[in-house]
Amino acid sequence: MAKDDADPKSSMPAYDGPPDYRLVGQHDVFPQVTHDEAERFNFLAHLNRHLAARVLPGVKTAFEQRIAPKAGDSFKSRHDVRKALLKDPAFQTWSALRRATMEQRQQAGRWVTLRQGEALTARARELTQGDDRLQLEPSFAVPNYLTAVDHHCMPGSYHGEIVEGDVTGPANYDCGIFATTGGTLGRYTDGGGRAVVAWLKKHLPDFKPKRILDLGCGLGHNVLPIAEAFPDAEVIAVDSGAPMLRYGLARAKSLGINNVKFIQANAEDLSRFEDESFDWVQTTMFLHETSRSAMTRIFAESRRLLKPGGMVLHVEQPQYAEDMPLFEQAIRDWDAFYNNEPFWTTMHEIDLDDLMIKAGFKPGNAIHGGVAAVVDTTLFPSAGDDKVEDYGRKAAWELIGAKKEAA
Amino acid sequence: MAGFDPLSQAGNKAKGKRPWFFEDREAERVMNIVMALAQEVSVMRMRLDTVERLLEEKGTLTRADIEAFAPDKAQAAERGAWNQEFIARILRIVQQENEAIEAGAEMSSEDAGKELGLS
Repeated sequence: MAKDDADPKSSMPAYDGPPDYRLVGQHDVFPQVTHDEAERFNFLAHLNRHLAARVLPGVKTAFEQRIAPKAGDSFKSRHDVRKALLKDPAFQTWSALRRATMEQRQQAGRWVTLRQGEALTARARELTQGDDRLQLEPSFAVPNYLTAVDHHCMPGSYHGEIVEGDVTGPANYDCGIFATTGGTLGRYTDGGGRAVVAWLKKHLPDFKPKRILDLGCGLGHNVLPIAEAFPDAEVIAVDSGAPMLRYGLARAKSLGINNVKFIQANAEDLSRFEDESFDWVQTTMFLHETSRSAMTRIFAESRRLLKPGGMVLHVEQPQYAEDMPLFEQAIRDWDAFYNNEPFWTTMHEIDLDDLMIKAGFKPGNAIHGGVAAVVDTTLFPSAGDDKVEDYGRKAAWELIGAKKEAA
Repeated sequence: MAGFDPLSQAGNKAKGKRPWFFEDREAERVMNIVMALAQEVSVMRMRLDTVERLLEEKGTLTRADIEAFAPDKAQAAERGAWNQEFIARILRIVQQENEAIEAGAEMSSEDAGKELGLS
């Protein structure tokens, strides 16, 4: 986190915490945020940080001192650990506070966006009407893995519409994510996309994709840095949520990025695109929002769509490897059970390399890396240097992918 | 479609059965209300801080000045530190319960008193 020089006369340590909300980047479809609304987000960013830095360590102590000793070696999985934690007051308190904080974050963001819902919807319409870079399917069926519960407690999830042409869902996501991440994703919440670009420039400097497919793009925050890095490439961003895609194009245009098309499609069936028509297929924090059977189809589709020598990359939180302590796995599972991320737990135990091999990729062509959000560190905290571990939410990820063999 | 109704829709429940963590649901309900109030206390304190800073600088202010206020890095650090202090203050009991786990078995003052009174 950002450290300012300490006052030598003061016993207070140098400030180490989230930056002010007003540094968050504005654009033409970004909602107007009043003084008090900004302070609501500031408070929530501090509260999330407090829960991770000062309350969660107490849960770990409780586990080590009064849960694990009683259990002996009866814990066989992270689920056994989580069930034991549920009975402990330290975990109960941290969880009740974390859930409350998430609900407050949603309410704060929805208040900001819904009170100006008409204006936001009209602005998005003005920016996207008649633009063939937005392609929506009126009869689109939202996949069942997105309709069972509202993901991360976001009422309406990615697809809900209060009025026709609604963009308040993505506007809420965009303006409120600061509360959960405390600025670690950077000015435009694009630290993940920037991290992928930085990794690519370092490890594959000669890779010059001409056609790029981004699956599960949401409001496009992580695909824009990719489009910016390859300005001559044609970038196609796919999502199932019409509001996300509308907002995504309007946002991209207002940020001056014009080489991205936003297309509504199910990532399991991309038959609208020809075989071997992309150099790069990217997903960023998307797979955990799907299902096991969907992932199998998504991996098959990504392989079919890649040109020989092309590359698929997936960015996710770390998989639950055998050497990851069960306590850490159980805490990382919190969002799966208590923040409406139903596939999160299963996704993180799947052997992704094996699944890619089953989709046809060759074992020798696997790609592995680790990345942390790339942000303007003069203003925003660097997740890579952060000692506080907000399990499952830290802006540092694993990169797993595969190259398709050359013809 | 329904149309926007921010007052009722901002607080809508997310689809999916809500998990409750405390054994006593009433206690968790009250905690949720207290934390929402804490958020509003922070908002008010920050608004007061903004007013003080604007008055200090200009001697007068309008509501538009409050809306346009953007703290510089040093001011943001002071305001951030206040929020940290505030949260640490209201969550004191959580800190103390966690310290108690660390401390392990401790003697109560009552028991200590009994021991001290032994002849």
